[in-house]
Amino acid sequence: MSRFLLPLGAFTLLALVLAIGIWHSPDKGLIASPLIGKPAPQFSLPDLTEPTRLVHSAALKGRWYLFNVWGTWCGECRAEHEMLLTVHRSGRVPLVGLDWKDEDAQALDWLKQLGNPYDTVAVDRSGREAIEWGVYAAPETFLVNPEGIIVYKHLGALTPETWAREILPRLPPASAGKS
Amino acid sequence: MRRLLLASLAGVALLYAAVTPAVDPTRMADPALQARYVALTHEIRCMQCQNESIADSPVDLAADLRREVREQLLAGKSDQQIRDWMAARYSDFILFRPRYSWRNAWLWAAPGVLLLIGAWVCFRIVRARSALLATDTGPVGEDGDT
Repeated sequence: MSRFLLPLGAFTLLALVLAIGIWHSPDKGLIASPLIGKPAPQFSLPDLTEPTRLVHSAALKGRWYLFNVWGTWCGECRAEHEMLLTVHRSGRVPLVGLDWKDEDAQALDWLKQLGNPYDTVAVDRSGREAIEWGVYAAPETFLVNPEGIIVYKHLGALTPETWAREILPRLPPASAGKS
Repeated sequence: MRRLLLASLAGVALLYAAVTPAVDPTRMADPALQARYVALTHEIRCMQCQNESIADSPVDLAADLRREVREQLLAGKSDQQIRDWMAARYSDFILFRPRYSWRNAWLWAAPGVLLLIGAWVCFRIVRARSALLATDTGPVGEDGDT
């Protein structure tokens, strides 16, 4: 009897291990950021619209904001732009942009043509700041709370579903959110 | 005709070689640092391509991460500090070589455990066979040794 039970048991065990592996495998490019629950990186970067001014992360403390990494070279960013404008119009949470490895002139043109949903856009020409945030494929969007902790990260174009299901419920109620 | 074809093929190949730069032209002055640089860039995953290391990937982000490795080596960071720095931003997934941690213990232990199981199974089979041989009084085998 054990002649059959042993191989059968071994097979079942192997199948189980592989099934768990497949179940838990990262969902094609969806790698959980180790930064969630951690303080957002500190930065001081040039302002896209006013290059002589610096955007300081310290100035963002005390309020919720969405940190959106984009570039004019990124097709998905164009796809998500309409959604960013909708977020901006809702007035629920300010958008802080990070223009990643881009040409300033092109980025300014893009905002002029498509509309500017951002409260501020910081410029990351070298790509160093994006690395601090663990960015690997624009667009990426981080939700940061008033304590400066990253509470959520969305990979890829921001969709109405993500906004409604993942971001809005994390924000304080609309009346209290106005600040 | 054939000559012309060969010559033009060779021309195309040469042109291709000329316009395709090596992915990573970095040469560090200190050979010891260069060796560590090469080793490290080969064990850090390119997050955009995922099955390539940053040493082999031509994408922009890989170049940026190679620059980080180079600068941190020059700043005197240890290999482990650089690996930890990468993993803190991009998760353990960025390391091709899994870290030694309790979470990864099963991963490192699995080959040893499997080897032990295999050895045990072998031992059982061999012992069962030799027990059979001892009770076998008939002719031995079929190799004409009757």
